[in-house]
Amino acid sequence: MIRSHVLICGGTGCTSSKSVEIKNAMEAEILANGLAEEVKVVMTGCFGLCALGPIMIIYPEGTFYSNVTVADAAEIVSEHLLKGRPVERLVYHEQKADVHHATSLSETAFYKKQKRVALRNCGVINPEEIDEYIAMDGYQALGKVLTEMTPDDVIQTILDSGLRGRGGGGFPTGLKWKFASGNRGNVVKYIGCNADEGDPGAFMDRSILEGDPHAVLEAMAIAGYAIGAEEGYIYVRAEYPIAIHRLEIAIKQAREYGLLGKDIFGTGFNFDIHLRFGAGAFVCGEETALMTSIEGNRGEPRPRPPFPAVKGLFGQPTILNNVETYANIPQIILKGVDWFRSMGTEKSKGTKVFALGGKIVNTGLVEVPMGTTLREVVEEIGGGIPNGKKFKAAQTGGPSGGCIPASLIDTPIDYDNLIAIGSMMGSGGLIVMDEDTCMVDLARFFLEFTVDESCGKCTPCRIGTKRLLEILDKIIAGNGELEDLDRLEELSNYIKSASLCGLGQTAPNPVLSTLRYFRDEYVAHIVDKKCPAGVCKSLLQFKIDQDKCIGCGMCAKNCPADAISRTDYIAPGHKLASFAIDTAKCVKCGACMEKCKPHAIYKD
Amino acid sequence: MKSLAELAAIREKMQSKVVIREGVGTTRVVVGMATCGIAAGARPVLNAFVEGVNASGLNDKVAITQTGCIGICQYEPVVEVFEEGKEKVTYVKLDAAKAAEIVEKHLKGGQVVEEYTIGAYKAV
Repeated sequence: MIRSHVLICGGTGCTSSKSVEIKNAMEAEILANGLAEEVKVVMTGCFGLCALGPIMIIYPEGTFYSNVTVADAAEIVSEHLLKGRPVERLVYHEQKADVHHATSLSETAFYKKQKRVALRNCGVINPEEIDEYIAMDGYQALGKVLTEMTPDDVIQTILDSGLRGRGGGGFPTGLKWKFASGNRGNVVKYIGCNADEGDPGAFMDRSILEGDPHAVLEAMAIAGYAIGAEEGYIYVRAEYPIAIHRLEIAIKQAREYGLLGKDIFGTGFNFDIHLRFGAGAFVCGEETALMTSIEGNRGEPRPRPPFPAVKGLFGQPTILNNVETYANIPQIILKGVDWFRSMGTEKSKGTKVFALGGKIVNTGLVEVPMGTTLREVVEEIGGGIPNGKKFKAAQTGGPSGGCIPASLIDTPIDYDNLIAIGSMMGSGGLIVMDEDTCMVDLARFFLEFTVDESCGKCTPCRIGTKRLLEILDKIIAGNGELEDLDRLEELSNYIKSASLCGLGQTAPNPVLSTLRYFRDEYVAHIVDKKCPAGVCKSLLQFKIDQDKCIGCGMCAKNCPADAISRTDYIAPGHKLASFAIDTAKCVKCGACMEKCKPHAIYKD
Repeated sequence: MKSLAELAAIREKMQSKVVIREGVGTTRVVVGMATCGIAAGARPVLNAFVEGVNASGLNDKVAITQTGCIGICQYEPVVEVFEEGKEKVTYVKLDAAKAAEIVEKHLKGGQVVEEYTIGAYKAV
């Protein structure tokens, strides 16, 4: 009889730090200790606290182990599972006070303010086991809509819930479904799932597919019933191998159980799902490009209208929603509109998943009610900025979004507030920046990404973004002029208004929002020829404070360019002559600064 | 799947197996599993508790966990039962049969099995 479950994270983050090997080692140790009948090891999806991975949770105690290695397996089994003594050195710091009465995870700072709806099964169930999903009320919602609700009821429920698309623009999901609902039964229609998550730093859709793939399948079937479609396509990028593997297993298991296929629950409703793999082009996250790619053509967008609800995949009415949007659907059906509307703000209902990255302690995946402030996400859930640095800004929406400066850190996050301050929700990447980040360099980083990813179909995006990048390069190199700022703004606005698809329409956002909130940094680059954050190499010089220099020579020894030599100057109180850097020879690698014990070297 | 009943059956069967992951229930049965406890036969006691609790459908309320040495090695196997709002009960010198009795009378019936408690043992 099983008395204990060992949950090990099998998300991409933890598997890349060997969680599969840890699972194997745990199973071998459990067998060797004769506990195979008592302890079950379960590989789950992401727990969210990726910064501390690989993560293991042992129930019923709820002990949370972090940074586990293969070598720890023997100790965890012999101490914890056999003798009941938690391995204290691996216990999460908030549980250390009393390892025998572990603080419930939901009480820890990282989880306390979270509300897990889309992620509810991630890190709880084995995603490769359909029975575990069913145990968590899986496929109950599909059963309910097929036996108790009309397709119009379903659409009305989604409309009433206020659910908006979690993938970018925040279009009301129910409205999208309604547009595609006409003429049921007489027209072939399709359900699409956009799993082409491409923002740098965003991985919520991947984690949902890895941790709870059945939720997406169930929601797609519900959508199929609502609009009268019998086939669905999931477009997932090929660089998500674990997500693809688990989707394949999930689809197979759902077919075996008859939860996909013909005559589901004996109601006559048929629905099946196919996978299509994307090659990783950012533009294929745009719905028309995505559908073109599914059809087997080069992934390029086309003008709208006609919208997909009228003319989509293979020319037929289609609805496309993103992974996180779908993950909310079964919950809304089961728990009701009022429950969903009880979370969030007036116009943004429910929760949103964010992938926290950048300069933050708890890198990982969090889900919070809409309206949670950026401060709560960064300082409380995210654990703040490492190394005592100051929060400077956060980028939401990836390359399509913008930055939120420290002065707006108390803004409640929802769709409309983010738009109002010049950013956007996007898919939910949240990159935190501290005082060492140069905002001009940041804008350049995102722009370089969109220049690479522009499909080239329309001129404003193809050439416009390239010109923007060239102006930024000029400023970063110290050759900028103040008129460049006006040119940046003018060109950005042209690109926004004249581009064909969302990629081009949003590509200038990082430039515009950094210009809006950090114009002084641009001016410093142009007028003073300085990078205030000390990032842009062309604009900074390494110097030695000769009165602090103790003359040890470590800098000169480590200089790859032989740019540092001893001077004749001996500072008062010092025995050796100080060193100086020949700025003409200096390659600005920073090696000297790292090696200088008295911190006499500085960037100017 | 041809009916909702089939789905419900799978759900029923599986729920008892995953409920453990919701964390500690309102009642905790803690079995001393240090070297002393194991040597005195704590393993069969632990297993008897797990089986008994599962068989009586108490697994959403009762969590069975282990602990190290409590310090009264002469009384092992020792089991402590913590119930919310009640004083803890310490059972000593248990075996599988006594464990089954405790599940039946105490965990299910709410009656402490006085004769196996440390108080009763010391009084003898």
